[in-house]
Amino acid sequence: MEFGPHLFIASLEGAITAAVLALTAVGLSIVFGIMRVVNVAHGEFFMLGAVLAWWITSLIAGHPALGFGVALVAAPIVVGAIAVLCNRLVLNKINYEPERTIVATIGLLYVIQQTTLMTFGPEARPVEAPFNKRIALPWFEFGESGFALTWPWGLSTTTYKLAVIVAAILILLILWLVLTRTKIGLIMRATQLDSEMAQAHGIAVNKVYAMVFGLGAALAALGAVLVVPIQQAHYLMGGDPLLLSFIVVIIGGLGSVLGTVVAAVLIGMSDGIISVFFTPTLAKILATLLVAFVLIFKPDGLFGRRRE
Amino acid sequence: MNQAIRSSLLHGAVIVILAAMFFVLPEYHSGNLARILVLALFAMGYNVLFGYTGLLSLGHALFFASGMYGLGLSILFLQASPLLALVIGLISSVIVSAVIGFLALRTTGVAFMIVTLMFAQAGYLTVLFFGKYTRGDEGFVIQRAQRIFFGIDLSQPLPRYFAALALFAMGLCLIAWLVHSRVGKTLIAIRENEERARMIGYDVQFHKLLAVIISGTLSGAAGAAYALLFGYAGASFAAVQYSILPLLYVLLGGAGTTIGPLIGTVFMFYLIDISSEYTNAYLLIAGLVLILLTLFAPQGIAGLLRKKLSWLP
Repeated sequence: MEFGPHLFIASLEGAITAAVLALTAVGLSIVFGIMRVVNVAHGEFFMLGAVLAWWITSLIAGHPALGFGVALVAAPIVVGAIAVLCNRLVLNKINYEPERTIVATIGLLYVIQQTTLMTFGPEARPVEAPFNKRIALPWFEFGESGFALTWPWGLSTTTYKLAVIVAAILILLILWLVLTRTKIGLIMRATQLDSEMAQAHGIAVNKVYAMVFGLGAALAALGAVLVVPIQQAHYLMGGDPLLLSFIVVIIGGLGSVLGTVVAAVLIGMSDGIISVFFTPTLAKILATLLVAFVLIFKPDGLFGRRRE
Repeated sequence: MNQAIRSSLLHGAVIVILAAMFFVLPEYHSGNLARILVLALFAMGYNVLFGYTGLLSLGHALFFASGMYGLGLSILFLQASPLLALVIGLISSVIVSAVIGFLALRTTGVAFMIVTLMFAQAGYLTVLFFGKYTRGDEGFVIQRAQRIFFGIDLSQPLPRYFAALALFAMGLCLIAWLVHSRVGKTLIAIRENEERARMIGYDVQFHKLLAVIISGTLSGAAGAAYALLFGYAGASFAAVQYSILPLLYVLLGGAGTTIGPLIGTVFMFYLIDISSEYTNAYLLIAGLVLILLTLFAPQGIAGLLRKKLSWLP
C-alpha cells in the first residue's frame, strides 16, 4: 500500500481506539472530578466488561446480535453494581482519603484481576461481532485523466468498526446531556464544586458518590463490550486502557470531561498513527514520559484551567 | 534502660536470631530467608521515604532494577568483578534516584504517586525495549564463576545466607542511626507537618531529595544483591509489581518502624509462597491484604506492637 492510504487506514484504526478510550477515560475522569478518587482499578472494570460480554454471549444461542445486545446492556449494569459494592465496602470506609484510596484500589485491582484468572482462566476468548460486513474504501488520486477515485487493495474496514465509533459518540452525547441538562447532573456538579455545601443543602453526598463510582465503572465496561469483538477478552487486558486513560485524563486536565474527550481523540488517533511508524514499546515509553512531564510541569493538564 | 540502649539491644538480638536461623531451619526455608533478607533491605529503603518522610512512591521497582541491571549488565558485558559491579550498581541507583527525585519532587501527594509510577513504567518498558542486551522478560543468568567475591562462592547456601544477612544488618544499623540523626529527625518533622518544618527554617526540598536518594540507593543495593546472590536479572523485577511489593511489606510490617519492614516481608513472602502452592492466582492474597490493611490496620504489625511497647524504635 502507498503512504496515503496507509495513513488513512491507520487514522481509522486510531479513531476506534479513540472512541473506546474516550468512554473509558471519561469514566475515570468523572470519578476523579466529582469524588477526587484516583481509581487504579479502573482498567479492571474495563476487563470485567469484556469478560462478562464473552460470558453472556456464550450463554445466549441464536444470532450473535441477540447475545451481543444483551451484553451491551447487562455487562455495564453488572460492572456498575460491582463498583458500587466496592465503593460501599472499601472506599466509603476509608473516607476517600487520597493516599489510602490509591492503595486500596491497587488492592481491588489485584482482587478483581486474580479472581477473573481463577474463574475465567488465562486464555484470551473471542466474542463474535453482531454484524461484520467488509466495506472497501475509496482513495483519490490525480492520474493522467485528472482527479479519480480508486479502490486500492487492502484499504477496507468493517461495518462494525464504524458502528463502534458512532455508538461511542452517541453515548458521550447522552452523558453530556445528562450532566448538563438534568437534575441528576446538577446534583453531581454541585457535589463536585463543594461536597460539604451540597450536603448542607440536603444532597445525599454518599449516594451521589456511589452513583458516580458505578457510572464511571459502567462507562469503562461499555467501552470494553464495544471493543471486545475487535480485540479479545483476557484477564490482563485492563492494563493498557488504565494507562491510556490516565494519560488522557491527566493531559486533558484532571476532572474536566470536555478536556478528557479532546485528549482521548488526540491520544487515540496519534496512538494508532504512531504505532504504524514506531514500535509499540517505544510509543508507550514516550507516552508514559509525557504523562510524567505534564504532571511535573503543567499539573492542570494541557487544556485544563487553573483551579482556585 | 534508656531508649537508645533498648533499641540497639533489639536490633542486635534480631541479627543474632537471624544468624542462628540458618542452622536451625531446613535448607528450603533458609534459602527463602536469604531472599527475604534481601527483599527486607528493599523494604527498609522504601520505608525511609514512605514511613519516615511520608512520601508514597509507586515507582521503587525502578531503583531496585537500576541496581540489579547496573550490576548484572556490567558483569555480563564488561566482565566486571563482583565488587566493581556492585559499585556500578550502587552508583547507577544513586544517579537514577537523584534524577527521579529532582523531577518528581516538584509534585506532591497524588501527583507524586502517579509521576513515580509513570517513571518506573517507562523504566520497565526501556528494559524491554533494549531486549537485545537485557533479554527482556526472559532475563539473563549470572554464571557461578562470576559470583565469586574475594574467594567466597556466593552461589553456595552458607556464604549466600550470610552475605544477605551482612547486607541486611548494615541496612538496619544505617536506618537505626539515621532515624536518630539530625537528618532523620528533620524527615520525620516533614512527615508530620511539612509547612511547619519549612516555617522553622528547614530546607524541606533538599531533605526530601536526600530521602529519595537514600531510599533509592538502599533499594538499588537490594536489587544488585539480589542479582549477585541469586544469579539472575529479569525485566519482571522492574515491573509495577515490584513497586507494589515494598509498599505492601512496609504497610503490613509497620511504616516508620525499624523492624517493621522485616516483619512485613517475612509474613507477605510466606503468604504468597503458601498460597501459590494452591493457585496460580496468588496475587489475590496481595490484593486482599492491601485492602484489609488500609481498612483496619493502617499502622501495620509493628505499629500495633508499639501501642503496647512504646519504646519500639
